[in-house]
Amino acid sequence: MELILDIFTSICFFIGSLSIIIGACGLIKLPDVFSRIHAAGMIDTGGTAFFILGMIFQTGWSLITVKLILIGVFIFFTSPVTSHVTANLARQKNILPVGKKIGKIL
Amino acid sequence: MKSFILFFILFSLWLLMSGHYNVLIVSLGIISCAFCVYVAKRGKLIDDEGLPIFFMPRLLNYLIWLFKEILKSNLSTAKVIINGKVEPETFTVKTSQVTDVAKVTYANSITLTPGTVTTKIQKGVFEVHALNSDFGNEVRTSEMDKKVTWLEGKK
Repeated sequence: MELILDIFTSICFFIGSLSIIIGACGLIKLPDVFSRIHAAGMIDTGGTAFFILGMIFQTGWSLITVKLILIGVFIFFTSPVTSHVTANLARQKNILPVGKKIGKIL
Repeated sequence: MKSFILFFILFSLWLLMSGHYNVLIVSLGIISCAFCVYVAKRGKLIDDEGLPIFFMPRLLNYLIWLFKEILKSNLSTAKVIINGKVEPETFTVKTSQVTDVAKVTYANSITLTPGTVTTKIQKGVFEVHALNSDFGNEVRTSEMDKKVTWLEGKK
């Protein structure tokens, strides 16, 4: 039983690390601020979600599980706010995104 | 009524976080939660915006759908980063929600799914930046907009 849980944890950690590495590559590779936010969002959602899931497999049903889920919930609610603040500040400084604009922009 | 719900939420959070169930600790928890509810009530923070309980009956259903979307768009963002086929586009979408909380929920959901970010907000219009025209089309079909309006439940 413990072996199965360990295997599940390793798979989750592997997927989480993969998405963090790809997100970090995107942070360097993509052209401008707005595109880089997408890569950071991938680290925020995919990376943390899979890491927390892997840790939950290790703890089983206990109070630590609840605390891990709460960490996930708080990251889940705060990470879009920071992304939006970054994007909104760049727009207020009149930095226009690369690429095509469809219709009228605010 | 809403004060009781807030007290219940705060106190269950206290019990889950502490893990000690002595008489002393639990009574200290009751006192501090009651004080928090008193301060929130005095500051007139307990309204639909501070405590959106009208979301609650449909929230779980929405969260499951949102997780599915996040997983899907995580995969496609990873593909775009590896392929290098980046054609960013910016556009505006209209929102059909009534309350401010629901609008914030919609904007946060757009930002949470990788590949789309809300960059600016005016009264009923969001400006959205998408990594690719596929991501852009997903927002423009306004499936998520309908879901959030359903979650709000005011129409």
